[in-house]
Amino acid sequence: MDVVRKSLIATAVIIAGFAGAAMAQEPTVVVEDAWSRASIGVNRPGAAYMTVRNTGEETEVLTGLRTDIAMMSEIHLSSTNDQGVSSMSPAGEIEIAPGEAIALEPGGLHAMLMRLQRPMVKGETFSLTLVFADGGEVTVEVPVLDIAARGPEN
Amino acid sequence: MQRRKLLGYGAAGVAVLGGTLFAGWWQVDGPGAPVPTGPRPLSLSLSAMEFRLTDHEGNAVGPETLAGRASMVFFGFTYCPDICPTTLSDISGWLDAMGEDAAAIDVVFITVDPARDTVEAMAEYVGNFHSAIRGWTGAPDEIAQAAEGFRATFEKVPTDGGGYTMNHTASVFLFDAGGRFASTIDYHEPREFAVPKIRRAMQDKTGGTT
Repeated sequence: MDVVRKSLIATAVIIAGFAGAAMAQEPTVVVEDAWSRASIGVNRPGAAYMTVRNTGEETEVLTGLRTDIAMMSEIHLSSTNDQGVSSMSPAGEIEIAPGEAIALEPGGLHAMLMRLQRPMVKGETFSLTLVFADGGEVTVEVPVLDIAARGPEN
Repeated sequence: MQRRKLLGYGAAGVAVLGGTLFAGWWQVDGPGAPVPTGPRPLSLSLSAMEFRLTDHEGNAVGPETLAGRASMVFFGFTYCPDICPTTLSDISGWLDAMGEDAAAIDVVFITVDPARDTVEAMAEYVGNFHSAIRGWTGAPDEIAQAAEGFRATFEKVPTDGGGYTMNHTASVFLFDAGGRFASTIDYHEPREFAVPKIRRAMQDKTGGTT
């Protein structure tokens, strides 16, 4: 996690306001260190990772995702039990308390990108919109890294 | 009347008790029992395994392919967006950290999804990671037999939209040059633990005896 924080400078920090909110207000959700791995063609699902930080005073509830790179995108949770068996399932709505952050990282929460509309090509980026329960949205440009990337810094 | 009522209560009591006992049995010993926890069953020796698969270059392979050299085997599938690429890139990182020594160990990725992971799909996939990593696929019953030998499990799980994903053992199994099970590296285990485990398995040329 420290490494992730330190690499913050190297990676684009994208702050976007709540485009959907009726009133103009200070951005209260910040997405840091977004990254994804290149895909092989379009048959296999992709995944994107990032840190979603709630800088506001109210709890934010992440309800969904939207992107033009995939027909279907959802937050999924991978987990590994004490027998070493890994499984994955939709994570549902995710609450982020004021001042807290959730990490979408390998082996845990991730933005699952299903039915890719085009390959995820190393060196390119794609837009991913995070949708919140209050109607707010945050759009982030996700860089596509190597298929063997291990984190936002490589 | 009074007596009948009592009998009725008695019968209900027995039924409740029976139901409780049944619920208890269901949760503890019956089909509702949790997956046993505690020590996991250990992989067999490679020499005690029997399965026939095909590697990503079309060669016939089996447990005997790994005889004589230390080896590292793990299960997964190429349509896995999170755990499997992470495991493959972790392993690639461990092998990179070992430098030239990595040439002395066999590394095998066995798919649990042969319906989608054909020889061609495996070749297309493993080519993106460390060159030591081989991809093995084959008939479903042979893969089931391989998993049984390694004491790995897998299960097909339907997903929204008509697709499916696979739950599977994500640990990496290490064997010494004698084909004896040495240890496991758990999913996403830090490099500073993983690399010494690999080196230990590689040094253990006599198969666990010193």
